[in-house]
Amino acid sequence: MKNPLDSIPGTIVSGLILTVVLYFFLKNFILAGV
Amino acid sequence: MELVPAIARWIHFLAGITWIGLLYYFNLVQVPALKDAAADGTAAGITKHVAPRALFWFRWSALVTWLAGAALLGAGFTAAFTLQPEMAPIGIGAWLGTIMLFNVWGLIWPNQKKILGMKPATDEEKAKARRIAFLASRTNMMLSIPMLFFMAGGLSHRALFGL
Repeated sequence: MKNPLDSIPGTIVSGLILTVVLYFFLKNFILAGV
Repeated sequence: MELVPAIARWIHFLAGITWIGLLYYFNLVQVPALKDAAADGTAAGITKHVAPRALFWFRWSALVTWLAGAALLGAGFTAAFTLQPEMAPIGIGAWLGTIMLFNVWGLIWPNQKKILGMKPATDEEKAKARRIAFLASRTNMMLSIPMLFFMAGGLSHRALFGL
């Protein structure tokens, strides 16, 4: 499999996916009881 | 004293724009330009005159950004890094920024010194250094996307997180 970081579009898409993952991590785990 | 956080925020933004601006310059302009320049034998101009200057401002602005950010967090520094609910969004941004700072000083700069001939290295070591520095730089570009999202913890973001 090709490393997504080898291309600019792959890097940006990876960053966007990581943003969504971290958002849900924060919302559902860290801030779950707030 | 309200002057310290106000100045810290100002410096954090100035240095942060310099750092991330140069990060995007490296990834969007210099790396593709070097590929073309190597093909027509003009890469030396970039590696000799442009890259060392860009790297100087890049690595030092990274450090200043982090230090000004730490000053801005002030008493909330520990709460941010331990992801206490009120400080959790900015804490995620702070962690991402810290990983990025490590990549700059621990991976990109030491390997760029070999690539640019500031530190002796064989061709094989240079090729390895080029790949490590490239991936660390691309990783930072990727991390900058969520980092900026979580750093921009204004009212809109607090509403989004339900804070």
